[in-house]
Amino acid sequence: MYRIIAKERLAENIHLLEVEAPEVARKAQPGQFVVVRVDEEGERIPLTIADWDVGKGSITIILLAVGTTTRKLARLNAGDSILNFVGPLGRPTEIDRFGTVICIAGGVGTASIFPISRLLKARQNEVIAIMGARTRELIFWEDHLRSVSHQLIVTTDDGSYGRKGVVTEPLKEFLGARKVDRVIAIGPAIMMKFCSLTTEPAGVKTIVSLNPIMVDGTGMCGCCRVSVGGETKFACVDGPDFDGHEVDWDLLMKRQRAYLDEEKESLKLWEGKAVRKQGG
Amino acid sequence: MAEKIKLNLNRVSMPKQAAAIRRRNFNEVALGYSEQQAIKEAGRCIQCKKPGCIKGCPVEVSIPEFIKAVHEGDMPEAVRIIKSTNSLPGICGRVCPQETQCEGSCALGKKGAPSAIGRLERYVADWERAHPEVSEKQKERVAFNGKKVAIVGSGPAGLTCAADLAKLGYEVTIFEAFHVAGGVLMYGIPEFRLPKDIVQAEVDYVRSLGVEIKLDHVIGKIATVDELLQNGYHAVFLAPGAGAPMFLNIPGENLSGIYSANEFLTRTNLMKAYQFPEYDTPIKAGERVAVVGGGNVAMDASRCALRLGAEEVHLIYRRSEVEMPARAEERENAKEEGVIFRLLTNPDRFVGDEQGKVNAVECYEMELGEPDESGRRRPIRKAGTEFTVPVDTVIVALGTKPNPIVPSTTEGLEVSRWGTVKADEDTGKTSKDRVWCGGDMATGAATVISAMGAGKRAAANMNAYFNG
Repeated sequence: MYRIIAKERLAENIHLLEVEAPEVARKAQPGQFVVVRVDEEGERIPLTIADWDVGKGSITIILLAVGTTTRKLARLNAGDSILNFVGPLGRPTEIDRFGTVICIAGGVGTASIFPISRLLKARQNEVIAIMGARTRELIFWEDHLRSVSHQLIVTTDDGSYGRKGVVTEPLKEFLGARKVDRVIAIGPAIMMKFCSLTTEPAGVKTIVSLNPIMVDGTGMCGCCRVSVGGETKFACVDGPDFDGHEVDWDLLMKRQRAYLDEEKESLKLWEGKAVRKQGG
Repeated sequence: MAEKIKLNLNRVSMPKQAAAIRRRNFNEVALGYSEQQAIKEAGRCIQCKKPGCIKGCPVEVSIPEFIKAVHEGDMPEAVRIIKSTNSLPGICGRVCPQETQCEGSCALGKKGAPSAIGRLERYVADWERAHPEVSEKQKERVAFNGKKVAIVGSGPAGLTCAADLAKLGYEVTIFEAFHVAGGVLMYGIPEFRLPKDIVQAEVDYVRSLGVEIKLDHVIGKIATVDELLQNGYHAVFLAPGAGAPMFLNIPGENLSGIYSANEFLTRTNLMKAYQFPEYDTPIKAGERVAVVGGGNVAMDASRCALRLGAEEVHLIYRRSEVEMPARAEERENAKEEGVIFRLLTNPDRFVGDEQGKVNAVECYEMELGEPDESGRRRPIRKAGTEFTVPVDTVIVALGTKPNPIVPSTTEGLEVSRWGTVKADEDTGKTSKDRVWCGGDMATGAATVISAMGAGKRAAANMNAYFNG
């Protein structure tokens, strides 16, 4: 059992959990993830490591409460426990002194981009951060991201905060205006796809963090297979970071939707149970 | 046993669930002997002076001796005899390929049916579980000898090595990547062939010897083998299994609805997807299923698919049934349950719909040519035999290769060109000081009992190393 030592609601449906896992904390690096299983009936799902504290022996995860597991997690509070918490999994993000790096975060992708930007900045890169959200209420960790970048642009689809529009617009402007050595884009598949399409003509290496469905997270089942450069890779052990220009995005998005019906059915059942529990 | 025994060449048959019923449930297929049946079957053993059966057993159970105890109705003694060399008898009695091991070397087998050693072992193990007071009495903890051993993986090799070392006074910690102990016994072999409460009872027995099992620990990630050796462990036994699934590498293989057998079985067995939505993990069993492969795992996957509600399960295998690696018993069970064998058939490519979901597999026929390096006749494509099988689920059961996480993070560990860790066959010793390896990680995919044998030999060799 892994105890939750802090919980914070960051935005509508977006929650932060700080979980006691000292051994994982000692080894965590930017770009890695954990696999969690909330309870005995639970599914195993991957969640990015947003931060860690070796002194406290804790790992911070941030989740968007949309499915059964993430809704279960969202209901937990400090003092509660998670049944299983495995990590740190996946290869760490490649970090070097690249020069100028644009870090793009879409939605909860901010959780992944934060520790990457922090290390990039510490390694003396010029870090430009772009964070995008649908609307103002969904923005979180703006200060965090500001503190680990030299410049931060915020966009919202509806213009309720920052610049109106999507992240690829400021990205395109930067690419036209200055030398950019690398782009790291993390967020929904569709956002990562369009970031990659934007940087491709400019020939700027673009790293994305893929988020297919996983089961074990250790290379054992092949559920997370993705096609990169025409080759099948397992995102859990070969990734999750890949070259965005080589990813077969349509395949990824189709595989992500493989269980939509089942996900709805599971959530409906769980919601029914949760309501009954609250009532009783 | 006093009077002269007349050879009885027919074994006592074991009751099974009827095929028409069991094909739709996950309850155990074979129901086990009653005490009366066990005693009767035990009476067939002719108690050879030089028993071949023991030589046929990778963990060298004193087979005639325990069978004698069963025949005399002395079950506690039978338990004691088996458990002195085999810590997992309930598992072995169910999943060992006895026909090629102990029973394959039985003298009775020369004239008729060999002694039903597996069924008797299973009977004894099940008897013990029903009589916990007996096993409690037999428990004796050995004093700590001052040496700590780390074991990577809690499958058959890891559990066996751990139990043997604990019995010798070692302090043993097993690191398991999954959320339950048992490895392939939990995620791979289905409930209807090996009930999970039986696996857990045998895991609990290993724990009762003083072995600590740390779940959720992926060695190579949370700690490396070198870190284990630096942090107080005197030796490490690597038994992480052959984790990585192999695919056909043909077009369309990443369509959704196409599973590796590992994924299909893990979802079903470990994550209990057959109880979805009560359990959160879903699975798409589909109505028409194709399973590609001819091993025991292919049989397990086919039979799971039926139980998950498939109307038709087509087993696609490129050679003929003679060359199939699956056990005769499992092939028989699968056929009885209605699995359709499509032999000398090979998939060419998978076809899907606009949503990226598989809806057909295009196949062609094969014929057998000259024997290849495996000694089996090589399958050759027959021209102009292409045909299409409409399916909504495909399970690829072509075997596994070693998971690279441990080898790639361990300094000085020699690996073969197949990715297996090089380990001495008799001792399990690797190229790296204080590191042993056994099971599928050393041999490539093999059986539960051969992994157990490797665990046993490694434990003995480690003990010799520390006392040498």
